[in-house]
Amino acid sequence: MTRRLLLLLLPVGFIGLALIFYQGLSLDPSKRDSALMAREFPAFEATTLRDENQRVDQSLFKGEMTLVNVWGEWCPACKQEMPQLLGLADQGIRMVGVNYRDTREKGMQFLSEFGDPFETNIFDPDGELGFDLGVYGAPETFLVDADGVIRYHHKGYVSPEDVRDRILPEVEKWR
Amino acid sequence: MALIRSFAAILILMFTVDAMAGGIEVREFDDPVMEKRYRDLTASMRCPLCENQAIDDSDAPISADMRDRVYLLLQDGQSDIEIIDHMVRRFGDYILYNPRLENRTYLLWGLPIALVLLGTLVVVMMVRARRNASAKALSAEERARLDALINRERSS
Amino acid sequence: MFIKMIPEIGHFALIVALLMAIVQSVMPLAGAATRRPLWMAYGRPMAAGQFLFVAIAYACLTTSYMLDDFSVANVANNSNSLLPWYYKFSAVWGNHEGSVLLWSLMLAGWGCAAGAFSSNLPRDMVARVMGVMGMVCVGFLLFILFTSNPFERLLPDMPQDGADLNPLLQDFGLIVHPPMLYMGYVGFSVVFAFAIAALLGGRLDAAWTRWARPWTNLAWAFLTVGIALGSWWAYYELGWGGWWFWDPVENASLLPWLTGTALVHSLAVTEKRGSFKSWTVLLAISTFSLSLMGTFLVRSGVLTSVHAFANDPSRGFFILMLLAITVTLSLLVFALRAPRVSHKVGFNWLSRDALLLVNNVFLVIMTVTVLLGTVYPLILDSLGLGKISVGPPYFNALFVPLTVMMCVFMGLGSVARWKGMEGRELLRKLWLSGAAALVLGILMPLLYRGEWNLWVSLGIVSALWVVLPIVRDLFDKTRHASSFIAGLRKLSLAYWGMVLGHVGVAVTIVGVAVVSNYNIERNVRMSPGTTVEVAGYQFTMTELIDRRGPNFLADTSIIEVQRGDTGRSFTMRPEKRLYIATGMPMTQVALRPGFFRDLYVAMGEDLGDGSWAMRVQYKPFVRWLWLGGLLMAFGGILAVLDKRYRRTSVARDTAKVAAKPPATQEVTV
Repeated sequence: MTRRLLLLLLPVGFIGLALIFYQGLSLDPSKRDSALMAREFPAFEATTLRDENQRVDQSLFKGEMTLVNVWGEWCPACKQEMPQLLGLADQGIRMVGVNYRDTREKGMQFLSEFGDPFETNIFDPDGELGFDLGVYGAPETFLVDADGVIRYHHKGYVSPEDVRDRILPEVEKWR
Repeated sequence: MALIRSFAAILILMFTVDAMAGGIEVREFDDPVMEKRYRDLTASMRCPLCENQAIDDSDAPISADMRDRVYLLLQDGQSDIEIIDHMVRRFGDYILYNPRLENRTYLLWGLPIALVLLGTLVVVMMVRARRNASAKALSAEERARLDALINRERSS
Repeated sequence: MFIKMIPEIGHFALIVALLMAIVQSVMPLAGAATRRPLWMAYGRPMAAGQFLFVAIAYACLTTSYMLDDFSVANVANNSNSLLPWYYKFSAVWGNHEGSVLLWSLMLAGWGCAAGAFSSNLPRDMVARVMGVMGMVCVGFLLFILFTSNPFERLLPDMPQDGADLNPLLQDFGLIVHPPMLYMGYVGFSVVFAFAIAALLGGRLDAAWTRWARPWTNLAWAFLTVGIALGSWWAYYELGWGGWWFWDPVENASLLPWLTGTALVHSLAVTEKRGSFKSWTVLLAISTFSLSLMGTFLVRSGVLTSVHAFANDPSRGFFILMLLAITVTLSLLVFALRAPRVSHKVGFNWLSRDALLLVNNVFLVIMTVTVLLGTVYPLILDSLGLGKISVGPPYFNALFVPLTVMMCVFMGLGSVARWKGMEGRELLRKLWLSGAAALVLGILMPLLYRGEWNLWVSLGIVSALWVVLPIVRDLFDKTRHASSFIAGLRKLSLAYWGMVLGHVGVAVTIVGVAVVSNYNIERNVRMSPGTTVEVAGYQFTMTELIDRRGPNFLADTSIIEVQRGDTGRSFTMRPEKRLYIATGMPMTQVALRPGFFRDLYVAMGEDLGDGSWAMRVQYKPFVRWLWLGGLLMAFGGILAVLDKRYRRTSVARDTAKVAAKPPATQEVTV
């Protein structure tokens, strides 16, 4: 009888595995948290997109909560999310752009065409800052709190629903 | 949700169209040991953007950046562990094809080893139990039944 | 009119097939339970009819592809009018829906064959086997009809032309690889059906193993060829010269192969010695369950893989249900009906029984390791413990030592006798092989490269230790024959099957060890006139040309290759292609295959200034990988052809003619 009970562990164990598989169906394997979560915004030194003589560094993020958007003219989803970013800026949220792997000329053209929600744009033509941020494909959006610590990360296109359901609640939380 | 998912899939596709046959770059190494380290490191890091490819196999821009960084850090004299840490700090544990031993991976590394020990135990116990068991393989009755079954006619 | 209806005819044929499968899964089992011969007799004709109708559906889909009927969504998404006809033919299974249809066709085919070749089985056994096969078929036909209908139309907005077949799949390897693989996966359903039928009928004796063995060997041989072809295809098509990536899709095929291999061996013990009965049944259930689980992992999108199918959560859910019902039910039946161990069959330490037990233990540990590594990221993610990756370094670190350890016992196993033998006798038979394996294995890297390499030595020692005892055994077995050749001819095909299977493993191990450690790869900048030297070969780019293929444009490099200064020279033509319909770039590598080495040239990026980045590789012994796989599969087929499986029908015929009582027939046990 004990043997039968032991053998019954087989189907029971399998059901456990099947439950994990079931849960796996609703997970998105490409959705991952940034490795920089709860860490300080990485140290950097760069110029701004508009002015090659103006130097900026990580002190840019001290004192006020900021949404940092990594974008490039070559990135189609960046264009599509611009209306959402403009809306966020209209709500008084401080926005800083990272112009990623782009040229000054193309970046400026992009902003004049699709609007400019950003207080400043950090110019990152070689992707140095992007690499330190763990960016692997624009667009990516980071929420940095007033102490310069990264609190939230959104990978990819920001839809109007993402703004409503994810970004605004995070903004409230860290403001 | 499905729409967003497929949209995301299209975006990823746009970045990875040329993901095949990647990583063909001309690099100079003075030292064959360093060249081997470069190959091992780039073969054991996963491209964060692609489906399931090491950065040395992938043509995604981020993989090229990561290979460049590995190369630079090697030239800079950093150790393998330092280079791995450097990458994990930016891209997370996800990029390691060789997961580090930590709380959540004890089972991953431990179970196969535990199974080898358990397997040894099972074999030893089974053979000991059967060493003195009856030697006959099939009883005469079973043998007759086997014959009957195998030679049974279709019509019977 | 008729031509326009072809997709609907196919769809209708599938529905008819489903109805027949339902009858097939209900009537024979009910008949066996209530002992009604008429009900039991439904099994075979329903299996045949179902096969016929799935074949009609399959033919309809193929016809739609051949006729470029882009009103069929499946055709529009995966074919193109420019596609050569043979790729239209194979494009049918180059996508999710079509490949499930192919899978169902094969399932119905195996079911039909199992019915046709089981005339010497007891009627209730046949009925149960047919019933179980029918249930599996019902599951897959429902899956097609509800979630993956390949006959869906794009009306009235049908596209002018199709989106084209993924260029990676436009290749000979893809024509042959999936059908072989599916034949293997699906073939294990027959063994599974036998096991469940034996459990249900309470007839877990040596007889069911006798019936199940040829089916197991055949399915295993198909799966082996399928895996080898897949590895070969990845090697020359993906363009970076790797042959095994431990990708979830590859692991999904390796898992049933490992338990299938264990099953082939455990069936031998159960048939010959009557031991390990329950274990063998459990392996049969596990092997088919792992085939199903592989299907789930590949097609549901729960794991990211390079070559996963388009993912759809509803499909994933359906297969998960199919998997859960099949596995849970069969494990329940097993738990409730597995026989009690009535008497223990004795054997000693140095016996074939004990060594096969060890073989099974190793194969199971390997299976668990591969399964664990494959699903571990998913498990952690489900538990909210973060995302990790498990890849080649993990699998290699565990698989290599496990394989080497298993080889130690393989060398003993092929010469050991059932029940037990004297240690002294075993030592007498094996010491020479052992010494030779050690000496040759340790010297070989020194002779070949002038530098010692632990891993190469380990591989070659293992391989020789597997092969040499077999050679010795062949001499022993033929000692009393009039000549060596005459002696060899007396050996049974089953024995030759074992020999080839084991030699195949050794050949693959040599290939893996040598190519993994002695591969030479150089990435170079080349333009017309450039010469580079790799492993003693001079590669000179003589020309760069533009070329137009049937559905692509290509940049082709013409590369003259010469060995040393005096060797024969030949031309290699690597290409960078741009497929017109999809705009997808593709690397077409140039290969110069050889028994002892491959030369492999791939074009990378255009570096401007007329030069290209090129990858030139020298891959010693890489062919041995797949040669070993083919030898193993050939061994499996030889074992199927052994006369002891044919004798039963001969015996039946003679029994009919001479009216000899069956019980006196000689049976080789």
